[in-house]
Amino acid sequence: MSAIHVTGLTKRYGDLVAVDAVSLDVAEGEFVGVLGPNGAGKTTLLEMVEGLRRPDAGGVEVLGEPVWPRNPRLQPRIGVQLQASSFFERLTAREQIRTFASLYGVGQTTADGWLERVGLADKAGSRVEDLSGGQAQRLSIACALVHDPELVFLDEPTAALDPQARRNLWDLLSSINDSGRTVVLTTHYMDEAEVLCDRVAVMDHGRILQFDTPAALVRGLDAPARIRVAPGALTAEQAGAIPGVTETRADVDGVVLVTRDPAAVIGALAAGDHLDGVTVQTGTLEDVFLSLTGREYRA
Amino acid sequence: MKALQHSPFWALSVAILRGFLRDRAAVFFAVVFPLMFLVLFGGILGNQDQSKVDLIQVGAVPLVDGLPKDARAAFRQTFEVEHAKDRAAALEKVRKGDADVAVEQRGDRLVAHYTQTDQVKAAVTQGTLRAFVDGANVAATGQPPTYSFAAERVEDESLSVIQFVTPGLLGWAVAMSAAFGSAATLQGWRQSKLLRRLQLAPVGTGTIVAARVAVTLLVAFGQLAIFLALGAAAFGLTLTGSWWMAIPLVAVGTLCFMAIGLLAGALAKTTEGAVNLANFLVLPMAFLSGSFFPLDGAPAWLQRLSDLLPLKHFNSGMLDVMVRGEGPAAALAPLGILAGFAVVVTLLAARLFRWETT
Repeated sequence: MSAIHVTGLTKRYGDLVAVDAVSLDVAEGEFVGVLGPNGAGKTTLLEMVEGLRRPDAGGVEVLGEPVWPRNPRLQPRIGVQLQASSFFERLTAREQIRTFASLYGVGQTTADGWLERVGLADKAGSRVEDLSGGQAQRLSIACALVHDPELVFLDEPTAALDPQARRNLWDLLSSINDSGRTVVLTTHYMDEAEVLCDRVAVMDHGRILQFDTPAALVRGLDAPARIRVAPGALTAEQAGAIPGVTETRADVDGVVLVTRDPAAVIGALAAGDHLDGVTVQTGTLEDVFLSLTGREYRA
Repeated sequence: MKALQHSPFWALSVAILRGFLRDRAAVFFAVVFPLMFLVLFGGILGNQDQSKVDLIQVGAVPLVDGLPKDARAAFRQTFEVEHAKDRAAALEKVRKGDADVAVEQRGDRLVAHYTQTDQVKAAVTQGTLRAFVDGANVAATGQPPTYSFAAERVEDESLSVIQFVTPGLLGWAVAMSAAFGSAATLQGWRQSKLLRRLQLAPVGTGTIVAARVAVTLLVAFGQLAIFLALGAAAFGLTLTGSWWMAIPLVAVGTLCFMAIGLLAGALAKTTEGAVNLANFLVLPMAFLSGSFFPLDGAPAWLQRLSDLLPLKHFNSGMLDVMVRGEGPAAALAPLGILAGFAVVVTLLAARLFRWETT
């Protein structure tokens, strides 16, 4: 049984088609990322899957149950973290998670345990308004997990966090499907999707353009590798003469060799003893993303 | 009790109550601000009926000086007497408003120099002085008076200003905190998406609404208790017979004003907008419903307009049972009107309600 089964899901707002005939299946225990620029339709898709929004067309089944209309059998089995930090005003972190625990009939000890697990034990007495962005996200994730759901939706949990707080949160995020929990995460950070997700759905203009493992997506891109050699080791002409090199470019940092056969080129560099300071850059998910969604700037 | 304490209803109620008690501005406007008005009206206006007329007696005034003992006491109740020798200076004082009247006696004629600045005091002064002159005339004949005069108040002896202002100000306070509370909660929760989040928890809309209503009722009863306690302790508020009917009145009134707040919360797009709209609805309503001053002197059309306002009926019901000494039945009509209002406005708010601002 798949954790999420979506077929032909569509949502329109006036003339705008926010989600356009999306179909996808997520297996139990999978960590899936939905990647896309702002306004791609990620949140709308998620909200329909969560049962918050009524689709204009198509069907959603979550854990074998229909989600619309509001399905009371489903709510205790799914956990949701919304984009905004949806907290009760002026409660402390401990009161906050205990309140959510009570809504799900979960005891206070379990709630306090989650506070510990997300590293907020020493902030338990602080009001939510006084938490930093990263701490608030941790609390928000803990509140989504407090009833030990089988399926968790995380909507841009690392948005608006500084790089340290973001990396910090990754450890927590990667640990939450250890116990076989299914996780669906939206993000617009490629590195995040690459590190955390088993499979990534690239979404734009309401459609899912690709849905595969990060490695397969990068392979499918068939992007050439860029090999950079330290300055002074080779001239551009020498580099261009190496078999397999299709293009060279020299600058103050050395020479860049573009190739579709990095193994052969590195072998040749090794034979000429030019390996000092060599860096190899292959395609990244970012390249995949840009090649799929285009490079024009979007606010 | 144990089971209740772990229920979603309890958890939500406690969360809302804590949020309220920790919001200094909300507590201020629900409790302290209306109490400031109570102190203002009860303390300052309450003394107005004892305010004496400042009288300057110029030279010897045998008519006053020769009053018998009991008449003299009565005279002193109305007038604060000051003696002066210089007539011009005394008149100047009256002109400046430092005194209300200067009295001199020219032969058998008592002359009062008064100012028209305070018309009530001017009338009181003339009437009282004339009465004393008449009394002296009767006494001078040596005959017992044919007619006598006695004044008796219709209301309870204790019916002072505080009796009138307490129910009205309490009505305003209850309306304000109930309307603001529900407007701000609805908008705030919608903006922070907490409403969405709760929709995804196994909690019914009914439970959420019940928790919000329970907390608002608790706050309203708290306001009632504080108002009555302070009114009684500091300003001599005395409650009459069926004052306990104020409890159902406050309960139904709270529901009604919550509905108004819900409507404001449903209409507005931001929390600030919701609170402003609630304010826009409640403050004029409080003025037109006699929360701050009685409407008896208002034009007929204004009084008829005020009949359309729920707070007017709340206030009049509260006045009837709390201080006018009417029976429990006096509260029934206001209760019915408030309940009707609550139902209609809630239905309207529910129709306009959206889960999200977008």
